[in-house]
Amino acid sequence: MYLFTAIFIMAMVTYIPRVIPLTCFNRQIKSVYIKSFLYYIPYAVLGAMTFPHVLYSTSNIIFAGVGVAAAVLLGYFKRNLITVAVIAVGVVYLCNFFFAA
Amino acid sequence: MKYSINKEAVRAEVPLPVQDYLRGVKKGLPIGLGYFYVSIAFGMMAAAGGLTPFVAAIISMSNLTSAGQFAGTRLILEAAHSIEIALTVFILNIRYFLMSLSLSQKIDQKMGKMKKALIAFGITDEIFTIASLEKGLLTFEFMIGLITLPYIGWAAGTYLGARATMLLSPLLQDALGIALYAMFIALILPAARSSKAVLTTLFIAVVISCMFKYIPYIRGISSGFAIIAAAMIAAAVAARLFPIKEES
Repeated sequence: MYLFTAIFIMAMVTYIPRVIPLTCFNRQIKSVYIKSFLYYIPYAVLGAMTFPHVLYSTSNIIFAGVGVAAAVLLGYFKRNLITVAVIAVGVVYLCNFFFAA
Repeated sequence: MKYSINKEAVRAEVPLPVQDYLRGVKKGLPIGLGYFYVSIAFGMMAAAGGLTPFVAAIISMSNLTSAGQFAGTRLILEAAHSIEIALTVFILNIRYFLMSLSLSQKIDQKMGKMKKALIAFGITDEIFTIASLEKGLLTFEFMIGLITLPYIGWAAGTYLGARATMLLSPLLQDALGIALYAMFIALILPAARSSKAVLTTLFIAVVISCMFKYIPYIRGISSGFAIIAAAMIAAAVAARLFPIKEES
């Protein structure tokens, strides 16, 4: 029950910002401050969501750190999402495979 | 005068509903392929956390968004409170408000509210980008065509990804925990590299997020609220320091 309630809530809070402006609104936001805030929000959320939690996303914090280093390096050089994800997972997997007790 | 110009534009751009739909489908093909691959990773993440392929597919089919449903699913796996889930997912999706607003200026004004409400479901970063680059008014048929393949790709990839995870070794399943975060890193770093403002936003958000994790007394605060607080403070400061210039 919790599961489907949570999924329903997710679907609603995803749909609401998509549907309200398109159906009910026909003028532009003028405030530069609000526009700027909305522009920066996704980056801020992704940053706060990733750090420090990424370090606890696998069973070993050091292996996770190595995976983060790989992802940061590849991300910096603008590799696409899938490449970065696959290589980060591969690096952690290799650490798991060779070094895990 | 204005009315007659619009009418001509519509007549020139929209020959037949079916043709318009197919034109949309064609433009949606590359997005659909991309979504297929990304959603495989989502399916794997969901299944690694214990959700069934069916439930994972339901999430993708009802949400159709990347960052929001990744974050929401992670919170579900942590058995977080519904309010945390709602706030976190909502805040990640605030950007759709702007995209929807922008599309409202470009959409065929004669379109009914029900049709607009249906199109609104398909507003994603990529679909919005393609739609914005279209010349002339956006019709209902074109938009539905544009959304078709990305929707199918997103749902099918999720289901297959979740199915595949059941065949994976425990070591690999453990390693998959980092996949979502690696994608987040890949999403933010290119922007941070080319914009000092985005880099500053990230820096503030990460510092505050770490404070909520490690500093005594405030570290008891749940991760969902910590993320929201960190993000809102960071974005508020960045908006003050680096107001964006007028853009299209």
